[in-house]
This record gives sequence, C-alpha cells and structure tokens, in this order.
Amino acid sequence: MKKNWPLWEVFVRSKNGLEHRHFGSLHAADADMALENARDVYTRRNEGVSIWVVESKNITASNPENNGELFEPAQDKIYRHPTFYDLPDEVKHM
Amino acid sequence: MKENLYKYILGIADNSLVLGQRLGELCGHGPSLETDIACTNISLDLFGQVRSYYQYAAKIKGNNATEDQIAFLRKEREYLNVLLVEQPNTDFAYTIGRQFLFDIYHFLFLTELQKSHDLNLAAIAKKSLKEVSYHRRFSSDWIKRLGDGTEESKRRIQEALDSLWTYTDELFHQTEADKIMVSKNIGVDTPTLKETYYTEVQTILSESTLEIPESKWFQKGGKDGIHTEHMGYLLSDLQYMQRTYPNMEW
Repeated sequence: MKKNWPLWEVFVRSKNGLEHRHFGSLHAADADMALENARDVYTRRNEGVSIWVVESKNITASNPENNGELFEPAQDKIYRHPTFYDLPDEVKHM
Repeated sequence: MKENLYKYILGIADNSLVLGQRLGELCGHGPSLETDIACTNISLDLFGQVRSYYQYAAKIKGNNATEDQIAFLRKEREYLNVLLVEQPNTDFAYTIGRQFLFDIYHFLFLTELQKSHDLNLAAIAKKSLKEVSYHRRFSSDWIKRLGDGTEESKRRIQEALDSLWTYTDELFHQTEADKIMVSKNIGVDTPTLKETYYTEVQTILSESTLEIPESKWFQKGGKDGIHTEHMGYLLSDLQYMQRTYPNMEW
C-alpha cells in the first residue's frame, strides 16, 4: 500500500514567533493524511505548534551539478559580509 | 476498601490496558511506517491513562498494592474489560474497525465521566479527553478511507465491522458495581449513551459508503471477567515479564 503513496515534505514551527523548519518527509495518500502522519511521526515529543506539508514533487530543487556556477562565486567575496564595520558598544545582539 | 469503586475503576482502565496492548503488538509490524507510529502513539496514550487509573485503584486497595501488581498480576477472570478490545488485530481493517467502535464510545464516556463526583476520575477523564478526541479522528478518517477506498479495502473493513458488531452492545452493559457507582453520581450511566453512540457510528459508516451491520444477538461477559479465547494469549504476553522475573523494575 505504501508504494502507491506519494512523498510529502514536512515543515514544523517549533514555537510561535519562529519560522517553520524542514523536519523530514513521509508517505501519505493525500494532504489530510500527510498532516496526521506528520503529527504522529514528527511532533509526538512536543516538537511543534504548527505543521505544513507539501508534496515533494511540488518542490523545485537546485541541481548539485550546478553548484560551481551557483555558489562558488560567493566564496571569495568576503566584502559582502558586514565584518568591516566597528560596532558601537551600545549595539547588542549583533 | 471501597470494593465497588475499585471494580469500577478497573472496568474503565482495563479497556485501555487491553486495547493498548493490542495496538502495541503492531510496533514494528504496522502496514506502513507512518501508521505503525500512529497506532503505537495511541497505545502509549492509553497506557498513560491506565497508569493514572491504576495508581488511584492501588491507593484504594491499600496493603502496599502497586499499579504494576494490578496491571500484571491478576488472573484472567479478574480483568474487567469489554470483549471488543481484546479481539485480535487480524488485519488493518480489524485494527481500525475495533479502534473506531471503541473510540466513539470512549469519547462519549469520558465526556460524561468529567462530571463525576469522584474528583480523581473527573480529572483523569478531562486529561484523557484530548487524546481520545484525536484517536476518534484518526480511526474515523481511516474508516472513511477504507470504506470509500478500493474494492478490496471496502470488502475488508465491512467484514471487520460485521464481525466486531456483536461486541458493541456490551459497551453499555452495567455490572452491579456500575449501577451502584451511578447511584452515587460517580459512574456514568452508560445506557443513556447508547442511542448517541449508534447514531454517530451509523453517520460515519454511511459517509464511508458502508452498510450498517446487523446482529441478532450480542456477546457480553468481559465486564464480569468472562473473556473470549483470545484473552489468555494476550495476558501471557502482557504478564510474561512479571511472571518470569517477579518484582522486576526498569
């Protein structure tokens, strides 16, 4: 039966004010079942206050083969990190 | 010792213990990883409820009785669960059918038990109700999926419901202890739940395009300690550890 079920990605918000984070994936026949399964598989130890599920096929992913052109150009551009400024002492939590 | 209250608590708790044990048997054997975890989650919810009931029962029993003794060291005739919950898992349709037929009752029962004049029981009922409300949602959803699913799933769930139907009437059977507890405003007057129960069950079965089963007569006995042939095997699994290594603790 499981082989007929599509794959779903599960995103859980661990507490109010935080963003939903990707927790993992599971199989389910439809969105309702995916939510219930996600509740049982990923939130049974009190991990969340909200769940999103999305069918995996609806996610467009970057191709690892293109990592060179996509990500490597950013590696030597350290000036894009805001590390060259002196922060005044009054500024906390930066 | 308050004999009737003690028996009354066991009558409630043993249902959850035995059903929890049945669901626990699916651990690692569920039809898919997701339903496996769902069934064992429900099992753990039920065991959690059982502990509250047995701790209270142990207090009433006195003589240093413990929840473990009550759970693991009674003889078959001393278990007071209904016959429905001890029926075997057979297949996923039986597991869901049994769960559904019990959950609808369990929810109605706990809703009323919240009003008990026994404050311990009322508190346990209140705490358990959220869990049971999810159980009911889970099993009702599956009834609809199986009933309105494929030809095979429909045939199987119909067959499961047809053969479990004969155990539903016992849910509303009252023992002497039950009647005395009702008269003291401690117990739930289960016959008053019967009509609502069958209406709710029938509504969901109809939505699931399933036939309402019919039974000419209904099995009972579990609440008086007279069980079906499945119970002994279930208990030998459940009690193995305490019988083999008496007084062992984790």
